[in-house]
Amino acid sequence: MKLTKTLLATTALTVAAGTAVTAQDMADSMTLVSWGGAYQASQVKAYAEPYLAANPGVTITWDESSAEAVAKLRAMNEAGNVTWDLVDAVASDSMRLCDEGLAMELDHDEVLAAAPDGTSASDDFGDLLVSDCFVPQIVYSTTFGYRTDLLPEGVEPPSSICDVFDLAKYPGKRALQKRPIDNLEWALYCDGVAKDDIYPTLGTDAGVNQALAKLGTIKDQVVWWSAGAETPQLLADGEVFMGSTYNGRLFSAIAEQNQPIAMMWDMQSFDLDGWIVPAGLPADRKARVMDFLKFATDTQRLADQAAYISYGPARDSSASLVGKHADLGIDMAPHMPTDPANAGNVHIYDYEWWADNRDDLNAKFQAWLAQ
Amino acid sequence: MSGFTLTPVETKPLSFALPVIGAAGAFVGLFVGTAHGSGLMGVVIGAIALMALGFVALKVFGLGMEKTTRKAMIALFVVIGWLVAGLPGLVLGGLFGWFFSWFIFWIGEGRYRANLAPYLTSGQVLWHYTFRVICGAIFIFLITPILVVIPLSFNAQNFFTFTPEMLRFDPAGYSLKHYQDFFTSSGWQQALRNSLSIAPMATILSVGFGTLAAIGLSQPHVPFRRAIMAILISPMIVPLIISAAGMYFFYSRVGLQGTYMGVVLAHAALGIPFVIITVTATLVGFDRSLTRAAANMGADPLTTFFRVQMPLILPGVISGGLFAFITSFDEVVVVLFVGSANQQTLPWRMFTGLREQISPTILAVATILVVISICLLTTLEYLRRRSERLRGLSPG
Repeated sequence: MKLTKTLLATTALTVAAGTAVTAQDMADSMTLVSWGGAYQASQVKAYAEPYLAANPGVTITWDESSAEAVAKLRAMNEAGNVTWDLVDAVASDSMRLCDEGLAMELDHDEVLAAAPDGTSASDDFGDLLVSDCFVPQIVYSTTFGYRTDLLPEGVEPPSSICDVFDLAKYPGKRALQKRPIDNLEWALYCDGVAKDDIYPTLGTDAGVNQALAKLGTIKDQVVWWSAGAETPQLLADGEVFMGSTYNGRLFSAIAEQNQPIAMMWDMQSFDLDGWIVPAGLPADRKARVMDFLKFATDTQRLADQAAYISYGPARDSSASLVGKHADLGIDMAPHMPTDPANAGNVHIYDYEWWADNRDDLNAKFQAWLAQ
Repeated sequence: MSGFTLTPVETKPLSFALPVIGAAGAFVGLFVGTAHGSGLMGVVIGAIALMALGFVALKVFGLGMEKTTRKAMIALFVVIGWLVAGLPGLVLGGLFGWFFSWFIFWIGEGRYRANLAPYLTSGQVLWHYTFRVICGAIFIFLITPILVVIPLSFNAQNFFTFTPEMLRFDPAGYSLKHYQDFFTSSGWQQALRNSLSIAPMATILSVGFGTLAAIGLSQPHVPFRRAIMAILISPMIVPLIISAAGMYFFYSRVGLQGTYMGVVLAHAALGIPFVIITVTATLVGFDRSLTRAAANMGADPLTTFFRVQMPLILPGVISGGLFAFITSFDEVVVVLFVGSANQQTLPWRMFTGLREQISPTILAVATILVVISICLLTTLEYLRRRSERLRGLSPG
């Protein structure tokens, strides 16, 4: 009798221990790194809150440091003290981190959930898997917004990227990002270079000078920005007539803040944003992060995020699930950069070309700015 | 105005008064004109308008009708301001009218000499007032950025913009929603809690170590006093980013990076120099014969310290502590390196918030911090005066 009890108790303990193993293997806290603002808020709502509801006892700390993710991860690696568990980064930063061995290489089909219809993750994300370390979340674009009330009377609203360079028709200041990427391509395109010839042209000194000369025609009317929040601020102030920024920021200013601003989607520049896992995490933290990553990048979660911000989900299977804005109740699909009505003429920026030429062109661009 | 005059006042000739008044008009016109697109036009219009007003006031109406003239002039400016820019124009117009009507008579009647010694040359009189204007301009230059933040923090919109509603003083243009955001957002509240738990702890450590160091270093028999002092004060002199990077790598090795204690220690190191400097300064006025007298009466060194020395240097200790507190409370560079996301302080959040999301919540926080800083500095000033008073009473 006594023996039986002991045996039973032991078995019960073993069973309990057996089920507890997986949970014990996972750390119960995570530090996620993102961009702050409305974008991070959408991640909290769509990814973190449902995950925490399903996993009580886990805590998530957010660090708004994505802007300096590369530098900080390098320093952490050097100090042997990686405190981040999952980092939101743009595609180009992810590729750099992957090349430097600071981000973990992932087998996408193994660590990510398949689509509901069984399509493998790598097919579902398709071409957007630009790096082995990178799990894309959203497609965003850098595009233009303009003040509808500052439009000269009797002039039709700007509809072409080249209107940015047309000071006679659309007088007023423009806000452009303080970097060569996108700006040089737009300048060449509006200087008559065919879309397919943009990168070959930019590869020559004469091409760079041509692009800078075109930008030079509006240089004294340009306000250069470096943080995504600046252009909406400048537009709201009426400091600039039109300006480029991330499309979600413009959506927020237009739909949520009711500013007299309208979108101009022509030649919008697509880019990707997604997660990377820092290399060298201890096993328990890695297990927790992988669990979260699988959950947060499944088809439904990516579609949910689009209810809070106008960025397109990176999975094909999420597109049909995009619904209405969570608070405003407006249809989100027409505000997505990937919507057919908006994506008529887009600029696909060449990651590899820029990876090779970035430092060189950055130096030239900065020198030109200082002239 | 006091009835007491040093120099008898005499009416100045118009050939002197009008150009001076015109120059003042041109100066103001420069700002108004620049705001409306043409500085030159502003200068010309300002100068002509003011000279005309000056002529009318001084020559046509004259001293006898000063009160009426001044009232009429203020009314004129108010009406013009109202027509040009509505309610804010009315307020500004009133201020300008009040100032210029006073200025015209002040110059025209030569009142500016009344409170100065009669033997001063014109050059000296000119410098006397120029100096005050320069001081005022510097003061405005320093204070305006802080003052602009305060009304913007009551903005009803989510941008750093004076909206037309705000400029019309329309209540709909103002709101407390950014304050509400600050007090209800868990992120900001966590940051506030972090700041409030890190700063006092760092202050206690700074005050403890700093006071002991200052007392030790003020003993004449300590060897290498100057060298030790220089090393202890170095966190104040070395660029912050260098201390921060050094601390980051060192703390990472010893496991302090990203911990509460790590941030507290780092901030204590930054605060110690302030305590050392203020306490050392107070100790200069401390009479050593008091400690000898205490010893003579049988007190051991510890009792002497707490019963005799401490009460006298307390103002220095407290003001050093306040500086240490503000240093920790305002610090962003070191905490970005040494802290982790769990130790986000208010300045950290303001810094990242300003970069990623230009939200007036930051201005609301800034306003709250300005108010707190003013309270702390008022306390500091009060203590400084008390210390001066006490020092004046103490022998030696």
